[in-house]
Amino acid sequence: MRRIGVECIFALAKQQMAPRGATTIPRMRYSIFTLMRQALGAHRGWPAAWRDAAPKTGYDVIVIGGGGHGLATAYYLARVHGIANVAVLEKGWIGSGNAGRNTTIIRSNYLLPGNNPFYEWSLRLWEGLEQELNFNSMVSQRGVLNLCHTDAQRDAFARRGNAMRLHGVDAELLDTQAVRRMLPFLDFDNARFPIRGGLLQRRGGTARHDAVVWGYARAASQLGVDIIQNCEVTGFLREGERIVGVNTTRGTIRADRIGMAVAGSTSRVARLAGLRLPIESHVLQAFVSEAIKPFLPGVVTFGAGHFYISQSDKGGLVFGGDIDGYNSYAQRGNLPTVEDVCEGGMALMPALGRVRMLRSWGGIMDMSMDGSPIIDRSPIEALYLNAGWCYGGFKATPASGWCFAHLLARGESHPVARAYRLDRFASGHLITEKGQGPQPNLH
Amino acid sequence: MRIQCPYCGERDVSEFAYLGDAHVERPDPGGAEASRRFYESVYLRDNPAGPHIELWYHTAGCRSWLRVARDTLTHELLGVELARQQPGAAPAGGAGEGEVV
Repeated sequence: MRRIGVECIFALAKQQMAPRGATTIPRMRYSIFTLMRQALGAHRGWPAAWRDAAPKTGYDVIVIGGGGHGLATAYYLARVHGIANVAVLEKGWIGSGNAGRNTTIIRSNYLLPGNNPFYEWSLRLWEGLEQELNFNSMVSQRGVLNLCHTDAQRDAFARRGNAMRLHGVDAELLDTQAVRRMLPFLDFDNARFPIRGGLLQRRGGTARHDAVVWGYARAASQLGVDIIQNCEVTGFLREGERIVGVNTTRGTIRADRIGMAVAGSTSRVARLAGLRLPIESHVLQAFVSEAIKPFLPGVVTFGAGHFYISQSDKGGLVFGGDIDGYNSYAQRGNLPTVEDVCEGGMALMPALGRVRMLRSWGGIMDMSMDGSPIIDRSPIEALYLNAGWCYGGFKATPASGWCFAHLLARGESHPVARAYRLDRFASGHLITEKGQGPQPNLH
Repeated sequence: MRIQCPYCGERDVSEFAYLGDAHVERPDPGGAEASRRFYESVYLRDNPAGPHIELWYHTAGCRSWLRVARDTLTHELLGVELARQQPGAAPAGGAGEGEVV
C-alpha cells in the first residue's frame, strides 16, 4: 500500500512537470467515471488543465490580465462569439492578483438600476458555471445576510430590497426574531448596535476563487485561447491614432483589439498608453482564522461598521472590512485597519474572540470615482477598458467576462453593462451606491 | 506606517485622515475649456506606483494639513511638509529608523 502511495506522489509530481509549451494536450471531461479510471491508473494520466502557451506574433484579440475577469473574457470570446484566436497575457501566474486574494462572496443585492441587472446576470452565470466549465468551483449559495441596527437603516434596506425585487432579484427583509432563529450566536444584547433585522439574499453565497480562475483557464485553453504567463506588458504599439499591439517581456505581439482587465494595476498600464483615468489604487486587507468546526452557515455582514464574514469549507473564518484608505500598490496594509476589522467582528459575534487569526494579506483595489465599474472603449482606438471594480470584482467575474467579450467582439456595450461608460464622469451619469462623491477612499 | 508631523513628531497613520493627490488644483471657472478642466481636476488621477505626493490631515493631533511624499509600492515616507508651505521648501525627514510597514 505504501509503495502505491509513493508512486502516486511521484506521478502527480511528474504531471506537474509536463512539457511546457505543448501545443495540444488531451482533452478530458472531469466526471466520476474519469476520476475512477484515473484512480485505477494511480493518477498518472491526468492531463495538464491548460496549455502554458508561448506567444505568437499576432492575435485577433489580446486580453491583458490573467485574473478571473481576463480569463472569463477570453472564454466567452471563444465560446459565445467564436473568437478563439485570443491571447491572455499575465505578468505573473494566473489568478495571482485579486482573484487569489478576495473573500469569495457572490451576491446581486445592489440598489441602483445601473447595477442590478448586471450583478443579477452575473449570479445567474454563477448558478450554471460549474456545469458550463466542467470544473468544481465550489459555488455555494448559502445566503448573504446584511444586518441593520437602526430604524433608518432598516428603511434603507427595505428600499434596496424593493429595488432588487423590482429587477426580479430575490430579497427578504428579516426582523430581529427571524435573524435570531437563523444565527442565535450573534450579539443580540449589544445595546450600542442592536440587531433590528437584516436584508437576506438566499441565492447569494461564496465560490472558491482559485477554482474559478482555473475553471475559466482550462475551458478557454481547450477552446484554443493562448494563456501566456510571465508576460508583462511594457508598452503599446501604435500606428497613427490606433493601438495595434503590445510590447511585452516576452516580445512584441500584435492584435486587432486589446482589452485591459488588470484591476488595481489599471492606471499603471493605462499610463503606458498615455491615459489618465478616474481611479485610485487602494489596499484592501483580508483575513482567515484557524480552521474550526462548522460554525457559520452563511455570509453575514455587520451594519454598524464595515465587516463581513463567512466560513470556508476548510473551516477557516474568512473575513474583512474597510480598505485602509490611502493609495497603495503594496498588497499589504497596516495595523489600525486590522484592529478596526476585528472590533467589528467582536461587536457582531463575541465568540470570535476565542478564535486565532491565521493569515492576513492585501490586494490592490481599483477604486473608481463613483464606486462603480467601467466597461467601455478607451479614448484610444482599439484599446478597451475593464476596470474600476473597487472591492467588489469577484462576484462580477462571470458577467464582467461576458460583457467585456461582447464589447470586444461586437464593438458595442452589452445591455446590462451600458451604464458602465467611461464618459459618465464627464456627463454626470454617475452610479454611486454610497453617494459619497468623488472621493475613492469613501466608496 | 508613521508620518512625521512637523509640529507633533512621528505619529501612527491612524492619527491622520487621507485626502488624496496633492496636485489637484481647482481650475478657473471662467477660463477656457472650464468644463473639461473641471472634469479632469475632479475625476482624473495619475495614481502612480511609486513616489506619490499627497495630502493628509492630522485629525488626532495639531489638525494641520500636511503635504506628504510617500512611496505607494513600499509605504516608505519620503518627506513631509506643511501644506501651506510652498511645495519643495526644506521637507522634514521621513520615517524613523527601523522597519517600514
